[in-house]
Amino acid sequence: MKEIISFELYKIFRRPRTYIAFGAIAALIIVIQFGLKVDGESYASFLMKDINDTLTVDGNVLNGYLICYILLQLLLVHVPLLVALIAADMISGEANLGTLRLLFSTPFTRTQWVLGKFIAASVYTIVLLIWLAFLALFVSMWVFGTDDLFLMKSNYVVLIQQNDVLWRYVGAFVFASFSLLTVTSLGFLMSSIANNSIGPIVGTMSAIVFFTILSTLNIPLFSIIKPYLFTTHMNNWKEFFDIQVNDNNEAITGSILNVAKIKTSLIVLGTHIVLFVATAMYITKKKDILS
Amino acid sequence: MSVIQVNNISKHFGNLKAVDGLSFEVQAGQVFGFLGQNGSGKSTTIRMLLSLIHPTSGNIEIFGHSIQSNRNKVLEEIGAIIERPDLYPYLSAKEHLQLFAKLRSKKITSSAIEDTLVKVGLNDRSKDKVQTFSLGMKQRLGIGIALLHNPSLIILDEPTNGLDPQGISDIRNLIQHLAKEEGKTVLVSSHILSEIEQMASHILILHKGKKLADGPIQTLLDPNKMIVHIKTTQDEQALQVILSGSFSNYLLKRTEGIYLSIPHFEIPLLNQFLVNAGVGLISVESRNSLEDYFLQLTSNSN
Repeated sequence: MKEIISFELYKIFRRPRTYIAFGAIAALIIVIQFGLKVDGESYASFLMKDINDTLTVDGNVLNGYLICYILLQLLLVHVPLLVALIAADMISGEANLGTLRLLFSTPFTRTQWVLGKFIAASVYTIVLLIWLAFLALFVSMWVFGTDDLFLMKSNYVVLIQQNDVLWRYVGAFVFASFSLLTVTSLGFLMSSIANNSIGPIVGTMSAIVFFTILSTLNIPLFSIIKPYLFTTHMNNWKEFFDIQVNDNNEAITGSILNVAKIKTSLIVLGTHIVLFVATAMYITKKKDILS
Repeated sequence: MSVIQVNNISKHFGNLKAVDGLSFEVQAGQVFGFLGQNGSGKSTTIRMLLSLIHPTSGNIEIFGHSIQSNRNKVLEEIGAIIERPDLYPYLSAKEHLQLFAKLRSKKITSSAIEDTLVKVGLNDRSKDKVQTFSLGMKQRLGIGIALLHNPSLIILDEPTNGLDPQGISDIRNLIQHLAKEEGKTVLVSSHILSEIEQMASHILILHKGKKLADGPIQTLLDPNKMIVHIKTTQDEQALQVILSGSFSNYLLKRTEGIYLSIPHFEIPLLNQFLVNAGVGLISVESRNSLEDYFLQLTSNSN
């Protein structure tokens, strides 16, 4: 199996297409960081305009932690589309190129190939996420400095002490990796069905958009299926930044408000990953390699 | 020793019977030519041998093991190229060989990779990306990948596709070298019948998914029976004359001249018969080639 994984990783990182996602993420983050560095005060004033009369906030509000949170809110919605570029091409791209018959006539089973390819695509996804984390968190910390994290929620504010923030980002990125791996596995499933690259990439993106709309619609009919849709859970990394309070309404350091919600989301996402990959394996195992 | 044993395999795609009850055997050390027109089922059969297509029925044994149940073990000893030399355009020739070397349980050294590059004539272009290669160079690299792990059985589907005359000659010599000097078993399909005739010791002719003939090439090409191609000034008149006489049973086909399959001692009689009947003869050409045999079989079948 490790032979297949190293074979696939070598190919992934030798392809120019791979670096589109890295470039796109870097460009977006740098542009946003530049904008906030130049005109961040206006942005912070705009954010806090509703609470300026009742609350006085001192210190470096627009610090690296807040910038990272803003960046993740913006980017974690779009990164799945970049992941789909590679994941949805893993099997169908080989079929399109004609190399699938070369691979499937080597002494490895198709199940091993699908699993090896999925692991390689997952490594790519994780590396992309690490790249995002490096730029969004560590570069922001370096450029904007650090302080307590002040977040404006819909009807309350959250203040997390700076020594209580970093581990939450670690948790958020681990959670985000589950979300992105779900997209990777969905792309993989699409890839096992088609014999060209474009169809599965567009199909994966369409599925994400479609289910995201279903997840956000407040129609009772869809409310029944919402808890089971992966798109309902993909953005729950934010739960790491909701904190418990004591009787005096003071934040409890090291606490998370709704741990159960995170656990449920991880189970739903994990189940989707297993189902998508198992189905891709079954389809690939059964099909005749004609192309 | 039987290397490949195919027992009554069929493959149906919906109502289409791509391969229909095919059986054959390939012995160790043979160069086995696989012949058939486009759509005859050659590639489907080769894909079933490599476990790329699941047979609808029947079974295949290679090295005494069922390909269905011992797939990995069997494929370890096979090197193959299937139809086109499809490769990764963004990788170099050497990278291809290095990558595919990792997929084999046998240890393949750097010098073995260099030797393979020399063997297929790509040592000067080993670092160039495949996207800059001609079809012939890709074909040679495909053959290099097939030979890299020193397999006992080599399956080559149309290996001379896209090659120039020198390249075709090189591949022919390589195949003969592999069989004679290294004791490999080679199954090779081609639509260039003269190529197969020059390199194969045994042939199988496939037509519309069914076997028409198989066996040693020397046995199939009966030296006593010749294919005669007659060109006349008036083919219709000549045809009527032939059909009215005792040579009518030898008639094969009547496009682009008239073809007959006839014992060699009767050729002078035929010549005399046509002249006496007043047919304006341009030429009477007798041959005994695989191409003629192939055309004879397939036209009879049609």
